[in-house]
Amino acid sequence: MTAASAFLQYVISGATVGSTYGLAALGFTVIFNTTEIINFAQGEFVMLGGILAVFALQWGGIPLPVAVPLAVLGVTAIGVLVDRLTIRPVRGRSPITLIIITIGVSILLRGGAMLLFGKDTFSLPSFSPGGPIHLGGATLLPQSLWVGVITLLTVLAMKFFFERTLSGKAMLACACDRKAASLMGIHVDSMVTLSFAFSALVGALGGVILAPITLTSYDVGILLGLKGFAACILGGLGNPFGAVVGGVILGILESLGAGLISSGYKDAVAFVILLGLLFLRPQGLLGASSSERV
Amino acid sequence: MRRTVIACGFALAVFVAAAGALAAEPIRIGAIFSVTGPASFLGEPERNTVKMLEEDINQSGGVLGRPVEIIVYDDETDATKALTAFDRLIKKDKVVAVVGPSISGSTLAIVPKVEEAKIPLVSCSAAKKIVDPVKKWVFKTPQSDELAVRKIYQHAKKAGIRKIAIITASDAYGAAGREELKALAPGFGIAVVADEVFGPKDTDMTAQLTKIKGTDAQAIVCWGTNPGPAVIARNRVQLGIGTPLYMSHGVASPKFIELAGAANAEGILLPAGRLISEPQVPAGQPQKKILAAYIKEYETKFKQPVSTFGGYAYDAIMLVVQAMKNGKSADPAAIRDALERIKGYNATTGEFNFSEKDHNGLTEEAFVMVRITKGDWEMLK
Repeated sequence: MTAASAFLQYVISGATVGSTYGLAALGFTVIFNTTEIINFAQGEFVMLGGILAVFALQWGGIPLPVAVPLAVLGVTAIGVLVDRLTIRPVRGRSPITLIIITIGVSILLRGGAMLLFGKDTFSLPSFSPGGPIHLGGATLLPQSLWVGVITLLTVLAMKFFFERTLSGKAMLACACDRKAASLMGIHVDSMVTLSFAFSALVGALGGVILAPITLTSYDVGILLGLKGFAACILGGLGNPFGAVVGGVILGILESLGAGLISSGYKDAVAFVILLGLLFLRPQGLLGASSSERV
Repeated sequence: MRRTVIACGFALAVFVAAAGALAAEPIRIGAIFSVTGPASFLGEPERNTVKMLEEDINQSGGVLGRPVEIIVYDDETDATKALTAFDRLIKKDKVVAVVGPSISGSTLAIVPKVEEAKIPLVSCSAAKKIVDPVKKWVFKTPQSDELAVRKIYQHAKKAGIRKIAIITASDAYGAAGREELKALAPGFGIAVVADEVFGPKDTDMTAQLTKIKGTDAQAIVCWGTNPGPAVIARNRVQLGIGTPLYMSHGVASPKFIELAGAANAEGILLPAGRLISEPQVPAGQPQKKILAAYIKEYETKFKQPVSTFGGYAYDAIMLVVQAMKNGKSADPAAIRDALERIKGYNATTGEFNFSEKDHNGLTEEAFVMVRITKGDWEMLK
């Protein structure tokens, strides 16, 4: 195996894992854009997406092409419930209160999943059959193509939604100034609910497309939430495109760190570079400085 | 009429006698397992097993004419909680012996307290450090990692392998395996040409495996517990790596094959206790009877496949019971002395031969090499 094909393999592996971080980061972005809160239950939405699909398939005997959308819709419904039951009753409180509530929600969802589905790790079959694809000395799983394409489509859809549609702009307005937004006739509560639905949907999508590659269990959400948050900060908080780019960069950094430097310091390498980047660009790679956004 | 009175009197006498036996103060044995938390895959079968044994022992008349009560506490895979549980067992529950904890970290944390309390402990965790150097009151049932490494190296040496790559988890289990793998290699004429590490929760190890692919290693040895090794099995096939892959006994459960997928697990070699390949254990083997009985009872009762880890708890309880029978006493010091004198005791893990110098009592004979073939374990001769 030549150095060049090894390098290509590191980049391909990193980009696949990085897409997970990116999709988790995208969910953070959607809720942040509407409410200015960081939803720490985001990783749990990712976990639920994968695990619900596994159980629809194994317990319900529902075929994969139906189980996957069903799981995503199920998690979306959970996202709406999270907003209606935990966020809306205390609306108007400071973001820090709401953030702490989301931490509580994440513990609840994780514990609930543990009780319902058990503590085992589960695997989901690939969406399409076939062995690995060879590419210039490196290999790529067909599922990685699904991950790449779905991630790209999701981020384009989000970008279109926030920049081109009335609802998207209304959601952005809510974050800028809640009161002004409501005076302009925007129903703020509905926008918040919508943002939770979207972020749950995006997170579950990430969980479902990755489960065939990475396996899933009730506690995968913690790490995904953390890495997703890091990706979000790296890409620039609030920018959907930045979130995904940040995730992919973080994934590639980890993979290169493991391959070229030392696998023992894989996370350390990635986070040191992350800190360095933020030192140079505190607003993130693609983040606009706050004065421009108003 | 008179007959009825006699019958009644007789029934009453039997009833009183039975009540008398039941009223005898039960012998309390404590157990600390990680029933919840990351190591629940160890603690849950262990808890089930000791509860099952408690019933069995009492149905067959208890020990020394007294019923046995096994008090199980869950340490939630947390060493601090294991300490609290141990305190409660000796101060409040007044147990005569303790089995567990499930993980090495918790066991090592309570060892100083065990020595101070002078209560025998039979641990269900693997680390060699638990019994090396020997501590007066501490025993353990799982095979030390060293024995598993020796078994793998013996097999590799016979296959003509001289250069290996190791890939180990960055948790306590993986780190202990990594140390043994590196320390024992020279003795078998084996060189470690690559030394890679992965996080226990990592979901992609292609980077490490790509690096190993670039070396001239003739075999890969992976040390970790699920799900990491399953990911490695998948990534290895994805990258088209043909060199043989050895795994540790930490993945010796059907769950590993399920997670990796039968196609990806094909041909993987590992040392394992005889419990998972029981159907292939020859009928005359001294462990055969106890293995078959344990598997049948556990699987009927809990409707789930038996695991090696439940076997560790089975052995721990049975050893304590055997020690009480041998020493004819349920006094902690007597149990300890009798434990140390147990010789040639066949249990699910292997044949235990305790001595003053050896509180694990097993040799590499407690392992057999198995190959995963068509999604099942194939015992190698």
